[in-house]
Amino acid sequence: MTDVWPQLEPLLAKVAKPARYIGLEDGARTPHHAPDKVAWLLSYPDTYEIGLPNQGLQILYEILNENPHAVAERAYAPWTDLECLLRDRNIPLFSIDSHRPASAFDLIGFNLSAELTYTNLLNMVDLAGVPVRSAERRPEHPLIVAGGHCTYNPEPIADFLDIVVLGDGEEVITEINEVVRDWKMSGRTDGSRENVLRELSHIVGVYVPSMYDVTYEGADLVAVTPRYSDVPERVEKRTVADLAEFPYPKTQLVPITEVVHDRLNVEVFRGCTRGCRFCQAGMITRPVRERPAEQVRTMVEEGLRRTGYDEVALTSLSTADFSGIEKLVGDIVKSTDDGPPVSVSLPSLRVDAFGVGIATQIQRARRTGLTFAPEAGTWRMRQVINKLILEEDLYSAVEAAYSNGWRRVKLYFLTGLPTETDEDTLGIAELARNCVELGKAHTKSPSVTASVGGFVPKPFTPFQWFGQNTVEELRRKINLLRDDTRKSHGVQVKWHDPKATLVEGIMSRGDRRVGVVIEEVWRQGGTFQEWNERFDLDLWTNAMAAHGIDPDWYAYRHRTEHEVLPWDHLSAGLHKDFLWQDWRDALAEVGLPDCRWTPCYDCGACTGYSIEHIVASATPPAGGSQGTGQDLGRSVPVTLLGRAPVVVGS
Amino acid sequence: MRIRVRYSKLGKIRFSSHRDMARCWERALRRAELPVSITEGFSPRPKVHFGLALSTSHESLGEYLDIDLQEPEGSSVDLGTLPERLTPFLPQGVVVEAVSVIERSELSLQEAVTVCTWLIEVPGVSPEQLEIDVRTMLDATTLPVIRERKGKKVADDIRSGIIDLRVIGATPSDAPEQGAVFEAELATQPRSVRPAELLAAFDPPRNEGRVRRTHQWIITDGARREPIPAHATARAPAQAGAR
Repeated sequence: MTDVWPQLEPLLAKVAKPARYIGLEDGARTPHHAPDKVAWLLSYPDTYEIGLPNQGLQILYEILNENPHAVAERAYAPWTDLECLLRDRNIPLFSIDSHRPASAFDLIGFNLSAELTYTNLLNMVDLAGVPVRSAERRPEHPLIVAGGHCTYNPEPIADFLDIVVLGDGEEVITEINEVVRDWKMSGRTDGSRENVLRELSHIVGVYVPSMYDVTYEGADLVAVTPRYSDVPERVEKRTVADLAEFPYPKTQLVPITEVVHDRLNVEVFRGCTRGCRFCQAGMITRPVRERPAEQVRTMVEEGLRRTGYDEVALTSLSTADFSGIEKLVGDIVKSTDDGPPVSVSLPSLRVDAFGVGIATQIQRARRTGLTFAPEAGTWRMRQVINKLILEEDLYSAVEAAYSNGWRRVKLYFLTGLPTETDEDTLGIAELARNCVELGKAHTKSPSVTASVGGFVPKPFTPFQWFGQNTVEELRRKINLLRDDTRKSHGVQVKWHDPKATLVEGIMSRGDRRVGVVIEEVWRQGGTFQEWNERFDLDLWTNAMAAHGIDPDWYAYRHRTEHEVLPWDHLSAGLHKDFLWQDWRDALAEVGLPDCRWTPCYDCGACTGYSIEHIVASATPPAGGSQGTGQDLGRSVPVTLLGRAPVVVGS
Repeated sequence: MRIRVRYSKLGKIRFSSHRDMARCWERALRRAELPVSITEGFSPRPKVHFGLALSTSHESLGEYLDIDLQEPEGSSVDLGTLPERLTPFLPQGVVVEAVSVIERSELSLQEAVTVCTWLIEVPGVSPEQLEIDVRTMLDATTLPVIRERKGKKVADDIRSGIIDLRVIGATPSDAPEQGAVFEAELATQPRSVRPAELLAAFDPPRNEGRVRRTHQWIITDGARREPIPAHATARAPAQAGAR
């Protein structure tokens, strides 16, 4: 298969940031294609700068390239300037590793982390020369597959995808590869596409949308049912039981041009059981699986040496909860002491003095600002969302930050939460003002930035039944905050324009009927919608009107207990009645402790799959209440690393 | 101790920017565990001084940077093998050609280099036509261009910055677009003339194909020399990772 480099090369001098199309990263593999190897094009439906650091794709890239039956390359969305030139000259989407045309691959796999990238997915499939609707594809076309957090409700894009993967990809990717390899070796004969898809639907974690019929009664969705008896009624997610078996990425890609998260990233655990009710990631990635500290140390040490980075991030949904985090951070700092300066970053900081203590330990240089996420402005509201941070916790954290030399504090908040009143919204301003007051004892002009985002409810969370705030209502609340802080010296309110929340809401919780809207917006040129300057709400509302899609019904309506949700035939392990009870608890302002350190309340994520939390220590980290409701009075099964499950706290 | 490094940049990597290369170098120096001096203060950085920026998409046979090494560790670094030691840590297409020790009193690369030699491919033009273009340009006494400076359009004359132009012939067979190729000697001081400005000053303006910087010159008392002597680049550099 010839590559497109000769046609591409003269175009690259004409486009912005051409280094994003040349590959050559340290860590990139030299692809060796062969008739008995399945060729994967791992793709991210956004620019290279956003897509390259994606850890999920990098992990799969390595696992596939280690497999003698597979070869993997990568592709990212070409920016509009290059897309124009490609379309003018009939040059297809290409891999950046060897610049092969996308249609020469057996599968094109997408990571979907944000709903607003859906139109880019269609655009890339089209640029690949593949029909955007799966029903129109023939045996010669690659299979279009998607994974990532958005695929827990893939229904809006179900008509465009051949295969959807739920959960951790490390193991299932190999199973898919084997089935596709048989198909490839058999010559992909006429009519074989349907057979391979049906075969793939037998793999746990694989959802094949075309194998299901959707039934509506009037406006209501009433059922999504398999068309064949051998296709599962409910597709379960995949969960890697032990992260230690997958020390990936082993050779993280080091890009030549600047990207987001441009540093060494080492995942220290997966899953989170804090139970924040707005957080889809925390719900769908359970249980908690820690990487052994020794492995983390090795990955950091070898990674820094190999990449030459001077920064390492310990990633997870809540890194300060890692067992023995203080020792781990201390060890890393010590091991890099005699070399050039290395900074360690924790992308998520706990809101208490303990968290600041760790930050002080690691940010010896570049001490500029610290970020905390109380998420809501009043204790009442934080009980609703189960982010059980006491005001004292926040103040002790802020006090510690200022007294340790930080000058700027940034606070993250959501607005548009269930039961939110204006008093709750204005509580954000009050918290920020109080933090400025605390800072005055330590610095002349303390600065507190309150960053406010509009809340969009997500599937498989207790808030999946909640009718979200309208764009107008979110704007009103943000204006309320701005007015209230206008004269508050030292307080800045930053906000994301909530204009996209309606579209995000419809894509998050929509059914297959909204697919036409995505297609229409794409056909009208609506790509890169996650880029603020390119998002066009009119394009979406016009498309919805043209196709009879009612935004109120999809986004603003509260769902009822027994309503069939578009993702009910998929499973993240969580029992629906657990989520419903948690939703009722939220409305009753009742918090729920972290089950890592307290008794199990059978959400389903462990018990349903016979897996358990893997934590090195069953003792909650010291310091601060963290609102974890730490009550070890009852027994809870915990797997200690490398040992059989033990019962603690009894 | 300050060392000067000469390297080439050829092939796909030409599409990386000057800033990209700076970051690649910082990572490479850390990977090679070279005892580079670090700036004091809030945000410590390695003491590395880059030469004239090379435009994104241009190749080069002669790029330079100066590196300050810590004392006394720096003096034990084997400079003879340093090129081979550094190249594997740099992106494919970047090859370290030579290293030499320089005095700290020496002018910085950006001040010292006053002239660059360029090899410029012009797509869609015959060598004969290009010969006429070049003659006309060299015969002109002024070449007015409009430049943008601080957001304002300013009239400028680039003729004095054009030292010499020579047509070489037809483009080589591996050129992405066929045409003719010429060599240009362009001043970098007092105001630099960029290859793109040169092509735009032809009548009619010519398109830019591949552009390769072949030399950077320091002129002392009328004699020209390269920041690191040319013999170090005697091996065939064009092959290194060109594709």
